[in-house]
Amino acid sequence: MSLITNPRTIDNPPRPVSQGGRPRPKPTLRDRYGDRVFNIAATAVLLLSILAVVYPLYFIVIASISDPNAVYEGKVWLFPSGVTTEGYERIFADSRIWNGLGNTVVYTVLGTAISVSTILCGAYALSRKDMPGRKILMLLFVITMFFDGGLITKYLVVRDLGMLDTVWAVVLPGAVGVWNLIIARSFFEHTVPNELREAAQMDGANDFTFFLKMVLPLSKPLIMLMIMVHVVAHWNSFFDALIFLNDDSKYPLQLVLRNILIQSDVSSSGTTGGDIESYAAAQRIAELTKYAMIVVSSLPLMIALPFMQKHFTKGAMIGAVK
Amino acid sequence: MSRTIPARRGRPSAAPLPHRKISLSLRMKRLSRAWQLYVLLAPAIVYILVFKYWPMYGVQIAFKNYNPVDGFTDSPWVGLTHFIRFVNSYQFGQVVGNTLWIAILGLLVAFPIPIILALLVNQLQSERFKKFTQTVLYSPAFISTVVVVGIMFVVLSPRSGLVNNAIQLAGGEPVFFMGSAEWFRPIYVISDVWQNAGFSMIVYLAALAAIDPALHDAAKVDGASKLQRIRHIDLPGIMPVVTVLFILAIGNLLNVGFEKALLMQTPLNLSSSEIIQTYVYHAGLQQAQFSYSAAIGLFNSLLNLALLLFFNTVARRANQATLW
Repeated sequence: MSLITNPRTIDNPPRPVSQGGRPRPKPTLRDRYGDRVFNIAATAVLLLSILAVVYPLYFIVIASISDPNAVYEGKVWLFPSGVTTEGYERIFADSRIWNGLGNTVVYTVLGTAISVSTILCGAYALSRKDMPGRKILMLLFVITMFFDGGLITKYLVVRDLGMLDTVWAVVLPGAVGVWNLIIARSFFEHTVPNELREAAQMDGANDFTFFLKMVLPLSKPLIMLMIMVHVVAHWNSFFDALIFLNDDSKYPLQLVLRNILIQSDVSSSGTTGGDIESYAAAQRIAELTKYAMIVVSSLPLMIALPFMQKHFTKGAMIGAVK
Repeated sequence: MSRTIPARRGRPSAAPLPHRKISLSLRMKRLSRAWQLYVLLAPAIVYILVFKYWPMYGVQIAFKNYNPVDGFTDSPWVGLTHFIRFVNSYQFGQVVGNTLWIAILGLLVAFPIPIILALLVNQLQSERFKKFTQTVLYSPAFISTVVVVGIMFVVLSPRSGLVNNAIQLAGGEPVFFMGSAEWFRPIYVISDVWQNAGFSMIVYLAALAAIDPALHDAAKVDGASKLQRIRHIDLPGIMPVVTVLFILAIGNLLNVGFEKALLMQTPLNLSSSEIIQTYVYHAGLQQAQFSYSAAIGLFNSLLNLALLLFFNTVARRANQATLW
């Protein structure tokens, strides 16, 4: 209104509304005292949280390249001391680690391929409102979110299928997560317009060709998300391997890590009396190797994280929209 | 779609004879189309039938004496024997108690923290600091459970661990954290927050971003402080998401964290770390008492389902968002 009555404002806008690309008016008049206290407190809390997350990880990195005796004596706090790469050398010389890594890569690639293709195809079919029986079929999936047969019967089924000690026991039992299926379905529902499908059908495309040639190219963010979710899950999983695999040459990396990082500690930690010098030294080297092992096994995902973050954030939003 | 269908139907109704032809061929087309959709869905259906419903069918062994020769169907019925044995066993009170302890402690501590973090991050002025905080807080979610527990063992080690070095520096006595029953629950919950709070925060941030900025502007004009805006705009704005996630958390109350509990177990902390599911694992898979442990697993599932139904009803009564 004032714009019309007062021509000066056209040349002299009263407030730089567009500053920083935000439509919100800036609190220019008075930044209230309470708000300033709030800002300081919020920033402090978040900085402390960041520190609490980062410091243990940072410590492990510097401990992994420090002289184990310095770590043992508590001299390593902010900087590595007496730099050594012995921990890493030992890991790279350890065939169990390499073998586990190889297995993990196989399980991850195969498992991700199976899961993602099954989920994408299934979710697309379920997203089609013209598929007869869609609601009942969806219910069939949703029920399994709230009730399942439990660990024991799952184990017995896998055993009856003759899958124990095979790759299939690791990649199949958890292949289709219903939550992922729901996310993919709602993505298709929101991004593939019906008009497009009708137009394609006019041109003689059947559902297979439409799905392959139109839907999938339109769904790249979803496909990326699904691939990453499954890669991370497979890379990090150990439990299915623990219960379904006996042959330790088939162990994935995480199970190898568990046996070295956790089991070995349990067996030795109870008895601290009568340490001989050489035993203590061996113990310290073992600790050093553990630090290095934690770094090596987590590094690939940590490096990939900045690339993955965008997709995961999007995924969280698709999930929230549901 | 709603526009095109009446148009198609409208045309033949003027001339009844070709109508049959078109609808017949349309029906054939639709059938063949549906057939293709079923083919796309088939692998997923086969998957849940084999790996979800077959085990569900197998749950009957909780009421039977399972033996591998007779399988799920033909093993002899024994009624509630296994349940009675579990309830009367000396571990019952301890195992159920431990499970509830961890679950409730986890819910009380680990559930609100991501919400608080999201509200704080959302108020940050600098976009770059916001991004940075998000990335850092959420990175531990990508570290595997095995490695997180491995980190606990090395950082909390009584001989050379970071924490005990700090305690000794301050003049205290070293504590054998992973070997004491009292420390199991605090470590479990704190590590859960450390690993997952940042990731859970993302969903709340997405919900906060969806709140109409005009509400904040109006409140600012009225002189509302940041705290007041958080209380009266942000919190009500994300309440539906909070409720749904809360109900989901309840639904998983007795399931989550089982792997971590198993990894954190040492012979010395068993009295607080043995929960229902680790007990199922030990009794069932390590000692091959399949029927007995299936009964305990079923007990756990039913308890869980009951909690879920109860809280969903409560949420509906309170006119909050519900799962269904």
